[in-house]
Amino acid sequence: MADSTPINFVKHIETYVDSSSSKSPAHQDASLDAIAKLLMNDMITLESLVREMGMYLTTTDNIIRARGILLLAELLTRLSSKSLENATIHSLIGFFAERLSDWRALRGALVGCLALMKRKGDISKSDATAVAQSFMQNLQVQSLGQHDRKLCFEILECLIDCYPDTVMTMEDDFVYVICEAIDGEKDPQCLLLTFHLVEIVAHLYPDSSNSLASYAEDLFNILGSYFPIHFTHPKGEDDVKREELSRALMLAFASTPLFEPFAIPLLLEKLSSSLPSSKVESLKYLSYCTVKYGPHRMLQHFELLWSSLKDTIFSSGQSDNKIASESLILLKNLIQQDDGKLVNLILNDADITSTLKSLNTTVPDQQRINAIGRILHVSATSSIASCNAIFQSFFSDLVTQVSDRPNFGCLYICVELLSACRSLFMNHGGPTSLNHNNNEQPWCIMLHSLCDKLTSSLVKSIKESSEDACSQSGVEGLKILALFPGSFMGVSKVIFESILVEFVSIIVFKFDNGVLWGSVLKALSEIGSFIEESHDFEKIPSFDVIVVEKMVGLLSDDDSSMPFSLKVKAVSEIGTINLKYMMKIVEELNKSVITSLHKSWIDGNSKSAEHAMLLLECYDNKVLPWFQNVNISDDVATNFALKIWEQIEEDITLFSDTHVEKKLLEATTDTMKNAVASCSSENQTKILDKSFTILSSTFKVKKSNPVNLIISLFDSVIIALHPKTHVKNPKIILQILTESLTNGHIPSSHALGSFFNKIPSKESIDISFIQLTKSCSNVNEIVGLSWMGKGLVMRGDEKVKDVIMFFLDFLISNSSQDQEMMRAVADSFSVMMSDSEKCLNKKLHAVIKPLYKQRLFSIVVPILQSSIVKSDSVITRSMLHRALAHVISNAPLSAVLGEAKKLIALMLDGLTILSEDVENRDILYNLLLVLSGILTDKNGEEAIVENVYIIVRCLSKLVAYPHMMLVRETAIQCLTAMSELPYARVYPFRQEVVQALSKALDDSKRSVRQEAVKCRQAWASISSRSLHI
Amino acid sequence: MAPALINANPVVYEKKERPARSRPGDADFNEYAADIIDQLEIFDILSTFLHHIRDIKDPEHPYSLEELKVITEDAIEVDDKRSYVRVTFTPTVEHCSMATVIGLCLRVKLMRSLPSRFKVDIKVAPGTHATEDAVNKQLNDKERVAAALENPNLVDMVDECLTPSYE
Repeated sequence: MADSTPINFVKHIETYVDSSSSKSPAHQDASLDAIAKLLMNDMITLESLVREMGMYLTTTDNIIRARGILLLAELLTRLSSKSLENATIHSLIGFFAERLSDWRALRGALVGCLALMKRKGDISKSDATAVAQSFMQNLQVQSLGQHDRKLCFEILECLIDCYPDTVMTMEDDFVYVICEAIDGEKDPQCLLLTFHLVEIVAHLYPDSSNSLASYAEDLFNILGSYFPIHFTHPKGEDDVKREELSRALMLAFASTPLFEPFAIPLLLEKLSSSLPSSKVESLKYLSYCTVKYGPHRMLQHFELLWSSLKDTIFSSGQSDNKIASESLILLKNLIQQDDGKLVNLILNDADITSTLKSLNTTVPDQQRINAIGRILHVSATSSIASCNAIFQSFFSDLVTQVSDRPNFGCLYICVELLSACRSLFMNHGGPTSLNHNNNEQPWCIMLHSLCDKLTSSLVKSIKESSEDACSQSGVEGLKILALFPGSFMGVSKVIFESILVEFVSIIVFKFDNGVLWGSVLKALSEIGSFIEESHDFEKIPSFDVIVVEKMVGLLSDDDSSMPFSLKVKAVSEIGTINLKYMMKIVEELNKSVITSLHKSWIDGNSKSAEHAMLLLECYDNKVLPWFQNVNISDDVATNFALKIWEQIEEDITLFSDTHVEKKLLEATTDTMKNAVASCSSENQTKILDKSFTILSSTFKVKKSNPVNLIISLFDSVIIALHPKTHVKNPKIILQILTESLTNGHIPSSHALGSFFNKIPSKESIDISFIQLTKSCSNVNEIVGLSWMGKGLVMRGDEKVKDVIMFFLDFLISNSSQDQEMMRAVADSFSVMMSDSEKCLNKKLHAVIKPLYKQRLFSIVVPILQSSIVKSDSVITRSMLHRALAHVISNAPLSAVLGEAKKLIALMLDGLTILSEDVENRDILYNLLLVLSGILTDKNGEEAIVENVYIIVRCLSKLVAYPHMMLVRETAIQCLTAMSELPYARVYPFRQEVVQALSKALDDSKRSVRQEAVKCRQAWASISSRSLHI
Repeated sequence: MAPALINANPVVYEKKERPARSRPGDADFNEYAADIIDQLEIFDILSTFLHHIRDIKDPEHPYSLEELKVITEDAIEVDDKRSYVRVTFTPTVEHCSMATVIGLCLRVKLMRSLPSRFKVDIKVAPGTHATEDAVNKQLNDKERVAAALENPNLVDMVDECLTPSYE
C-alpha cells in the first residue's frame, strides 16, 4: 500500500520517465496506473503534479521531455471521466497546443490535445481555435509515423465533430490542411479515418460553400486514387477489412454532390475495366452516389451510364452473378431517379429494339436474350410509368410474335415482362385502394385485351414445342398469369380456369416429359398455395373442382395410362397445399393402401404389392411428416395403423400361407413404426390392444407360429411405443417376442430391446435374461441378448452389467467353442454401442440417458484390456480385439482421447490382428479412423509421440493392405499427419516411411497414389532437400 | 532484384473442367479393379500433388503452366504397362530462357510422384524453341539432371515452382 501514498508519487514519475532499459514497459504502465489512481481519488491535485513534474516537461533532454509530456498526456486520457477546473484545462490545453511545435516530443502533445479536446463542454472556443491554429502551423502529418498520423487524424475528426463552429470560421485553411494531411496516406487504419474525415467535412460545409467547391477537385483527386480498394499485400486485411474500407470510401465519395463531375467519369472508367472486382465496386458506388447526388446532377451522365451499363449486362454471363445483380440494382436506382429519360433511352436503344424485332427471324444468342430480359424486367418493376412505357412499346408486338411462331426468345421476354408487371402489381397493389389505379393503367388494359391470345399461344408452345426451354417458359408464363390476385382485372376467371384445365391435362397425359411434368406440378401447388394465402374466395372453388377433385380421382382410376408412382406424387404434392385437401387425399390414400395390401396378401399380386409400396412410401415421406409439422392431431396416423390391423383381422384366415414379399414387408413395418411413433400414448394403447388381440387370436386359430407379417407388424408397434404407454400383458408379450427371436426373427429382438428400454420391470428382465442365457445355444439368442443389453444400457439400468459380464465370460472361457457364436458375442458390443436406424432412437421415443456410451466404454474397456493381456489362445485374443474394436470405434472420440495413452498399444495390436482376415475389413477401417482421430486431435498428441515407432510400423503395413482402398488411403493420411509431430521424434523413421510410400506410389488405386504423393512430399520436407529422387 | 520479364504479357487460357471419379459407396465402385495411370492422371499429377502438370508455376509468371498452355493433356504420352512417360511442352516464347527450368520442374515433379519403375522423357515441342536440341539433350541426360539437383540454388528454385497453388 506504500505505493499509493502521495509521497511516493514522485518515485512513480521517475519510473515512468526513466528511459533506460532497467524499467520494463509493464513496470512503467503500473506506475502510470498508480498515479492515475491517486489523482482520481483526489490524493494529489493535478496542479501539484504539474509543479512536481516541471523539470521533466521543460528539460532540454529530448527523450526525458518526451516521456514527461507523454506521462501528463496519458494521465489526462485516463482521467477523461473526472471533471477538472476550467482554469486548469485552459492552461493545460495552451501548453499542449504550444508543444505541437516540438517535433521531438510530439507523441505526448498529440495524446494530450486529443484527451483534452474530447472533453467537449470544457473547452472554450478560443482554446479550440488555438489548437487548430497550432495544428495547421506546425504539423506535417504525412512526415510522421503511423501511430502519430492516426492521432493527428483523430484530432481533426474531433475538431469537426465537437467544434464545428470553430472549423466553420476557418473554412479555406481547414480544408487545405485536410487535403495536405491525407494526401498519400497508405496505412489501412489511417485510411479508414481519412475517408471518414472527408465525409464529415463535406457534411459540415453547405453545398454552396466556396472553400469546399474550390477544393473539391483536389480532395477528390486524393480520394479517387484509392478506388477500387485493393490490397497488394494481403496481410493488410488482418487489421481493417477490405469491405470496411470500401464502404468508408463509398460514403466519402457520396458525401457531397460537388464530387459528381469527378466521381462519375472515374467510376465509369473503372466500370469498363476487365477486372470483375473493380466492376462490382464501380457499380456499387454508382448506385449509392446516384441516390446521393440527386437527379439534376446525374441527368447529364445518363447516356454514358446507360451505354456502359448495357455493355456490362450484355457481357456478364450467368456465372458473374455479382456483376449482373449490381448492374440491375444500379439500373433500378437510375430509373427511379428520373422516370422518363432513361426509360426512353432503353426504349430507343438500337440493340434492344433490333433484337426484339428479329426474334422470330434470326436466332440471337442466349446470353443477349437473357440480358435484355433482365433489363426489361428491372425497368418494368421500377415504376408504374416505366412499366407502361415498356408495355406500350414492346408488348403487343411480342404477343403477336409468340402467337405466330413460338420460339424461346420471345417467350422468355414475354414471361419476364409478365413477372415484372405482376411484382409491380403486388408491390403497389394488394387489397388497397391503389388497385383501381392499377387496373386502369395502360399496361393492365393492354394485358387484358391480349390475355386470350397470349394464353392460347403459351398453351400452344407447351404442347407443340420440342425444346424443353420453350415449354418451360410456357409453363412459367401461364403460372404467372394464374398467380395474379383476384382484384386484378387483367386476367379473368375464365382464363384462370382454362389455365388450370390445361395444367391438369398435362399432369394426366403428358407424363413422358419428366421435366415439364415436374414444373407443371410445382406450378399447380404454387397456385393453390397462393389463392389459399390470399383468401381468394372466387378462385378457390374453381381450384377445388378442376384440380383437387381430379387428382383425388386419379388414385382409384385404373384406366389411366399414367404410372402409379406419378399419380401418388401428384396427389401428395397437391395435398400439401392445405389441411382440407390433405384430409381428402388421406381418405383416398387409405382406401388405396388397404385395397392394394389386401390384393397382394390374398393372391400375391405383384402389381398391387408395388402400388402398396409406393403408397406406403408416400405416407412415410410426405403425409406423416406433413401432419407432424402442422401439428394438428394424431388422428390420421392412428387411423391408418388401426385400418391396417383391421384389414389383417379380416384377411387373417386367408393369407396364412402366402409368402409376403420382403420389400413390401419392410415398407409396411417401417410405415407402421412411423405411424405409431407419431401417435399419442392413449392412441398407442388402442393400437397395441388391437394388435395384441389379433396376434393372440392367430395363436388360438392356428396353434402354430403366426405368420411373419403379423409378428413383424407387432414388433413395429412395440418398437415405436412411448414410455408412458400402458401395456396390459407384458409377460405374454415378452413370451411371444422371446419365442419369435429364438426362431431367428430379428425384428423381434429390436422389439425386445425397445420393450426393456421403455417398460422396465425387474422381474420380467430377470425372467428373460435367465431364459436367454440358460440355453444360449444359437446365434439368435445372442443377438436378442445384445439388443436387450442395448435397451438397458441406454436407460442406464444396472442389470446391463449382468449382460456384459455374461458376454465377457463367454468370450474368455469358451475358447474351444464354435467360432460363429464367439463372433456373434463380440459383435454384440457393436450392437450395444452403435446408433440404430431401426429402433431405439429419438424418433421412436427411446429413453436415452446422457453419456451412456461413455459409461459402457468405461465399464468394458478395462475388463477387455486385462483379459487381452491374460489370454493365451489366439482365437480368444482375436475375438476380444474384435469386441474392443467395436467398443472403441463407436465410443465418442473425446472418451477415447482421455484413455489414449493406455489404448494406443492395444489399438495397434488390434489393427494388426484384424488385418489378417478379409472379413474384418470394415471393423479395421473404423478402428483406423479412431486412430486418425487421435492423431489429428491436439489432446492426443502426447500419446502419439510416446508410441511413434509402433504406430509408424503398423501404418506402414496397412499402407499395403490389399482388401480395402479406404484403409490404405487413411493409413497414408495418418502418416501425413504424423509428419507434423516434433522433428526429433519422427525424423528417425523418415527412411522407413518413404520406403513404404514408394510402393504406395504404384498402388492400383488413383486416390491412394494421390495421397502417397502428398505424404511423401510432407515427409520429404521435414528434412532438407536431400530426399532421394 | 527481379529481372525484367522476357514475356511480360502472356496469353492466359482457362483451366479445363475435370470429370468426377467414382468413390467407395458409388454403385460402380470396385475394390479390386486397378486404375491405370493414364494421360489425365499424369496431367493431374502436374496439377494437384500426385496429379502432377497443372500446378507447376511458370518461373516467370504467377500462372500455372496449364493456364499458359505450356502443357496440354494431348502433349502427354503414357504407357502404364511399359512404364513409360513422355511429356512434350511448349515454352511460352521461342527464346524462353526458362525452358530448361520448366523442363527440370516437370521432371522432378514426375520423379517424386510416379513409381520408380517409370522412365520419364521430357521434350520441347518441335519448332517452339530456339535452342531445341540443346534443351532436349540437357533435360534427358541423367548425369546432368543429377548434377543440377546437387545445386542448392537450382533445387530451391524447383521447389518454389512445385509449391502447390491453392486457389
